[in-house]
Amino acid sequence: MLTFTLRRLLLAIPTLLFISLIIFLLVDLAPGSPMSEIPLTVPPEVRQKMIAALGADQPVFVRYILWLRQFFWVEPAYLLDGWFGTDLAGDQQRILSWQSRSPVFTVIGQRIPQTLTVIGTAYLVGILIAVPIGIYSAYRQYSLFDQLGTFVAMIGFSVPTFFTGTLFIIIFAVWLGWFPTKYDTTLEVTDWASFIRQMQQMAMPVMVLGLANAAAISRYMRSSMLENMGQDYVRTARAKGMTERTVVLKHVLRNSMIPVVTVIALGIPSIFGGAIITENLFGVNGIGAALIGAIHASDLPMVQTLAFIFAVLIVGFNLIADILYGFLDPRIRYD
Amino acid sequence: MTDNSIAIPPAQSQLGAVWNQFRVHRGAVFGLIVLGILVTFVVFGPFLWPEEKLKVSEAMKVKNQGPSLMFPLGTDQLGRDMLTRMMAAGKVSLAVGFVAMIIAIFVGTTVGVMAGYFKRLDGPLMRLTDLFLSLPLIPLLLVMVMLFRDKIASIMGPELGAFTLIVFAIGITSWMQAARIVRGEVLALKEREYVLAARSIGAPSRRIILRHILPNVVSPVMVAATLGVAEAIITESVLSFLGLGFPPDFPTWGRLLFDGLQYMQLYPERVIWPGLAISLTVLSVNYIGDGLRDALDPRIRGR
Repeated sequence: MLTFTLRRLLLAIPTLLFISLIIFLLVDLAPGSPMSEIPLTVPPEVRQKMIAALGADQPVFVRYILWLRQFFWVEPAYLLDGWFGTDLAGDQQRILSWQSRSPVFTVIGQRIPQTLTVIGTAYLVGILIAVPIGIYSAYRQYSLFDQLGTFVAMIGFSVPTFFTGTLFIIIFAVWLGWFPTKYDTTLEVTDWASFIRQMQQMAMPVMVLGLANAAAISRYMRSSMLENMGQDYVRTARAKGMTERTVVLKHVLRNSMIPVVTVIALGIPSIFGGAIITENLFGVNGIGAALIGAIHASDLPMVQTLAFIFAVLIVGFNLIADILYGFLDPRIRYD
Repeated sequence: MTDNSIAIPPAQSQLGAVWNQFRVHRGAVFGLIVLGILVTFVVFGPFLWPEEKLKVSEAMKVKNQGPSLMFPLGTDQLGRDMLTRMMAAGKVSLAVGFVAMIIAIFVGTTVGVMAGYFKRLDGPLMRLTDLFLSLPLIPLLLVMVMLFRDKIASIMGPELGAFTLIVFAIGITSWMQAARIVRGEVLALKEREYVLAARSIGAPSRRIILRHILPNVVSPVMVAATLGVAEAIITESVLSFLGLGFPPDFPTWGRLLFDGLQYMQLYPERVIWPGLAISLTVLSVNYIGDGLRDALDPRIRGR
């Protein structure tokens, strides 16, 4: 198990380096670089100095290594300083946002809690809806419930979240007036009334994201359950005289959860991607909204960092899913 | 003497068998009909409902109108007929979906065949596929559009530029599934006797691939292609929805939805029509893909 984990960990490093290179080069080679934005009235020698001061006259790979150093060395050092009061970072240059002139990671640190509250709840709600539906549709295969579930899941796959989101706003916020149209980030939960308001404003984004995920997860759950239902051990369990409840919820469910758990872990990065849309639609002030804001403001350091953070999330959760699978299913570890 | 009560089914062409199986899938037939209606709507609609050239002063008088005989879907905030815009937008949306899918399938099949057929390329190419699979696609697409939009628009004009950029960006970031499927198929196919026979009479790799292997991977590729169209349409509308897709005078359904968002509270139908069109297209394409998968699988067919 240890070698399996180590091998996976080692494979993740070149993947991350490659992605960081792609993100770096994409932004670096793009035509709209800040160097081209220096006004023409600036004399050439001053322009040269400006470019040199920004370090933009260095060869590409030097700049790439320096960027990596900032990302993987300087910024974690600042993080540790902030936690333990040490002085690892000294006064090294941090990655600064061009919009706000403040360190990118400070901005991201402020934004992440919003994203995590909304997305985390949405994913949990999605799983809680999907698992029972998946179990029951598999148990009563081809029943009315199963057919309905298949149809609803197909709709859940096909209708994009931005459309369900707008529909929800029109129905629940504009017509019925149950929920506010926009998410109020400044709201602090202090008492019961503010808690209710927090729940109300979270309801729509959570439902939109949760339903989209529930569609996929319930289908995986169903097919995984179906695969196990026909196995010999199920017949044995029934032959021993166990109740249907024990057979389905204990024997079959446990084995069926193995692939579903990995699918759930694999889905986490893509839900962050989906959050970009939901956050913009409902005005949740999270990292997805930060990415769009930075893109519209051409804030390249912010965009680079956020894109790379999304990549780290994907690689990280793929790794977790792999290791989880190996942990849960001993047949997968080929060591 | 022979008992003829068990009717032997008449010999059937393969295409006929596939069609018969496809017809059984109710969702797939529904999808085919809906997609057919949508395609007719965007392709032939403009002939039946020609665009009316209104002057700006006339257009401003009819802005923000509800449905009427003259404007069946109403008009937008600039007095443009929504029905005409829906048809024009649909054409672009569907075109983006198909062209991006063709690029993705072409790249994916090439990579898949190369990786499956040539052992030496297998490792590196599949590594590359894995790397691409862990790219954060939506953020990357957004960054690509943001950085290259103006440059390409200045070379090719805003309309063709946006189309090329988005189609290309979606195409080269969605070939990975096809590559994996094709590689798996090719790995199995190249061990078959007929490939061995072809090789033993001295057929070069190029001919073996083109004549003997490619025709046999067509069915999984077709399923992947169908689902790829749906994926590409959604990705494009996400980009447009975030304001980083097509320009407003060359709209797609996603762009119309984005434009309608501001007026959502007063004129919800401006959001609902394009959203419904996207959802119906994707739903029907997904159902067709589902039906095709069943129909093209000989193990399911004829059961």
